[in-house]
Amino acid sequence: MIYWQLFLSFFKTGLFSVGGGLATLPFLYEIADRYGWFTKQMLSDMLAVSESTPGPIGVNMATYAGFVTKGVPGALMATFALVLPSVIVILLVAKFMKKFRENPLVQHAFEGIRPAVVAIVAVAVLEVVRVSVLNLPAYEASHQLLDLVRPLPIAILAVFLVITNVWKKLHPIAMIALGAAIGIVMQL
Amino acid sequence: MWKLIVSFFKIGLFTFGGGYAMLPVIEREITDKRQWCSTDELLDCYAIAQCTPGVIAVNTATFIGYKIKGAWGGVVATAAVVSPSLIIISIIAAFIQNFAGLSVVQHGLAGIRIAVSALVINTLIKMFRKSVKGATGVLIFLAALALTLFMGISPLYIVLGAIAVGLLLGALQKGGRQ
Repeated sequence: MIYWQLFLSFFKTGLFSVGGGLATLPFLYEIADRYGWFTKQMLSDMLAVSESTPGPIGVNMATYAGFVTKGVPGALMATFALVLPSVIVILLVAKFMKKFRENPLVQHAFEGIRPAVVAIVAVAVLEVVRVSVLNLPAYEASHQLLDLVRPLPIAILAVFLVITNVWKKLHPIAMIALGAAIGIVMQL
Repeated sequence: MWKLIVSFFKIGLFTFGGGYAMLPVIEREITDKRQWCSTDELLDCYAIAQCTPGVIAVNTATFIGYKIKGAWGGVVATAAVVSPSLIIISIIAAFIQNFAGLSVVQHGLAGIRIAVSALVINTLIKMFRKSVKGATGVLIFLAALALTLFMGISPLYIVLGAIAVGLLLGALQKGGRQ
């Protein structure tokens, strides 16, 4: 039963995440919400793993989510389900690919899709940031706004944003290693 | 067929971060070394991979595999490009599960999450600059943002709705011109 659910949710993710980059992220958050196979915090860790290992992020995230849920068979199932829509669609339209891309209907559809995908990814990114720099459990316990804000992580995030925008060629792995070092030294 | 497997396994193994990062690796492997297709054809593949559903790297692999060896080529190339991720991520996931309880690991992960936040914010800014254009683009972006944020509407319906809006706007433009 859980395999069927894994298959179905990652098939949907594969079918509706268009445009690459972080397009799979909003769907993974929805899976976290609905099934509780993994937490939102685990999703942030998963993003770190994906950024620092080879392979497309979407595939890495499906593998990780599947593994956390049901071990190696889960990883295989989630990845298979994620990739299946791609294979089906590409093989179906491969013969008239060029026409497909130049079709005005397809182009109009994409004028709608592109900005909308940025919006749903933005909401997912907000969630990633929230998990890393805000303290929601403390706020829910006390309802004091001061408990919500964690000044140190916010300051570190600001510094990281400056670093990555000054040295644009800096490899993501270097940033992640730096993050790990700072986290251990400062006991975050 | 064996060459196809080796090439796409390599592509899966040497592309970090996915998306655009894989283009130079594919070019070296597919056009320079094997000469399976020209750079122009590759760019076409890539453009099409971006406007079909799914992970771009996977779409590119399926398409190129199909061009070289038919439907089976597509399936085999896809399996090969995905294999390195499957192996590496499963090992790392097992590692994290076993060591996540250690306080050193927890502090390290807390720091890593902040680094990842910075990385995804940068990616988001890039996506925004590339994809949200003109007044219509901004309007669709804001509408999708509000619907997701305040009404908790599933990303699936946002994508379907966006397709409908895009088609509708296209039809209106056409009607306006006549």
